[in-house]
Amino acid sequence: MSTIKINIVSSNEEIYSGEATMVYATGSLGELGIAPGHTPLLTGLAAGPVRVQNGSEEEAFFCSGGFLEIQPDLVTVLSDTAERADSLDEAEAIKAKESAEQDLANKDATLDYAKAAAQLAEAVARLKTIQKLRKNQ
Amino acid sequence: MANTKEVRKQIASIKGTQKITSAMEMVAASKMKKTQDNMLKGRPYSLKIKDVIAHIASANSEYPHPFYEERSAKKACFIVVSSDKGLCGGLNINLFKQVIAKSAELHEQGVESCFALIGSKAPGFFKSIGAQVIAVAEKLGDKPDPDDLIGLTKVVLDMHKNGDIDQAYLCSNSFVNTMTQQPNVEQLVPLTPAEQDDSISTQWDYIYEPEAKELLDGLLTRYIESLIYQAVVENNACEQAAKMIAMKSATDNAGDLIKELELLYNNVRQAAITQELSEIVGGAAAV
Repeated sequence: MSTIKINIVSSNEEIYSGEATMVYATGSLGELGIAPGHTPLLTGLAAGPVRVQNGSEEEAFFCSGGFLEIQPDLVTVLSDTAERADSLDEAEAIKAKESAEQDLANKDATLDYAKAAAQLAEAVARLKTIQKLRKNQ
Repeated sequence: MANTKEVRKQIASIKGTQKITSAMEMVAASKMKKTQDNMLKGRPYSLKIKDVIAHIASANSEYPHPFYEERSAKKACFIVVSSDKGLCGGLNINLFKQVIAKSAELHEQGVESCFALIGSKAPGFFKSIGAQVIAVAEKLGDKPDPDDLIGLTKVVLDMHKNGDIDQAYLCSNSFVNTMTQQPNVEQLVPLTPAEQDDSISTQWDYIYEPEAKELLDGLLTRYIESLIYQAVVENNACEQAAKMIAMKSATDNAGDLIKELELLYNNVRQAAITQELSEIVGGAAAV
């Protein structure tokens, strides 16, 4: 089975480097499925999971945004922050989501609306990653 | 001749200083390990983004980015990375000297300079020589956060976009090894197109999702941010290494001084005893 090389890096560490038969990522315009030999593509990453399938094994990562570059034999994920999905904490994510929602609800002048909305989006994406991971198990 | 009490006091004070410098040496040594780890951790990202940028440069992009455009230079901006704290030998001054030399060289070609400064030591120096300072980011600590540098980067890149500056240079120390730190001034903008990757033919372009302009803007900004962040992290490792060496030589020098003073102390003591003896002998003879 042909494979494609995949590197996932975030600004302060290397998260994953290896071979994959299929990579799923959340692009800024929608979900992407990347098989070996994909045409060159450059896209932004939305907050969400990146799943790496190698044969029957699968690993999931959470990326909070960044860039994705695809060459026919190489996928590079330049993530702003990335973490292994199994280190995600559901309780933390729910708490973050709730506090972000609260911030949005009582909009006062001092609150940075865009920032709060981004925080909420990130918390929701984290939760989704966790839930998706659960389903697969 | 100095009396024994004075010499003893001096020895005690130097011993106190020696204790401080040797403690600082040990602190720097342990911090150096951490900052070096930080430096190595950031490397994969900067290497990968460099690869991607090289791929983009070799693609026939539909949108030529302004960062690649060579303009006739009228004004240059120096981004100077310095340490937050002193006591690290000539680390900062060596870098500043090189920056000033480069700035003078540009001045001869009719290019003015302005400065964006990182770390607490640079603002003090560049303000004292009356340089034009456009942005400052200081007190980043031992574990700098990339977010703390975004503001400064944005100021510089916005000035480039508006045509206020035509070139940007990144000035920082690069970590060769514990003993050697090399001050470096390298051109950041315009980006020099990276060497072409021969494995990829040149007749292609990416599919861009969404727009090429938007993506390349974001990606190149990210690239420059990552270069600056990496420079800051590396400079941190340099700072700790330089501090360790400076403190080690201070400790050694204190040891030498103590040895000399102890010799002097013994001389003085012996002279005093000899004098007392000869006084007693002289006194006995008189009786």
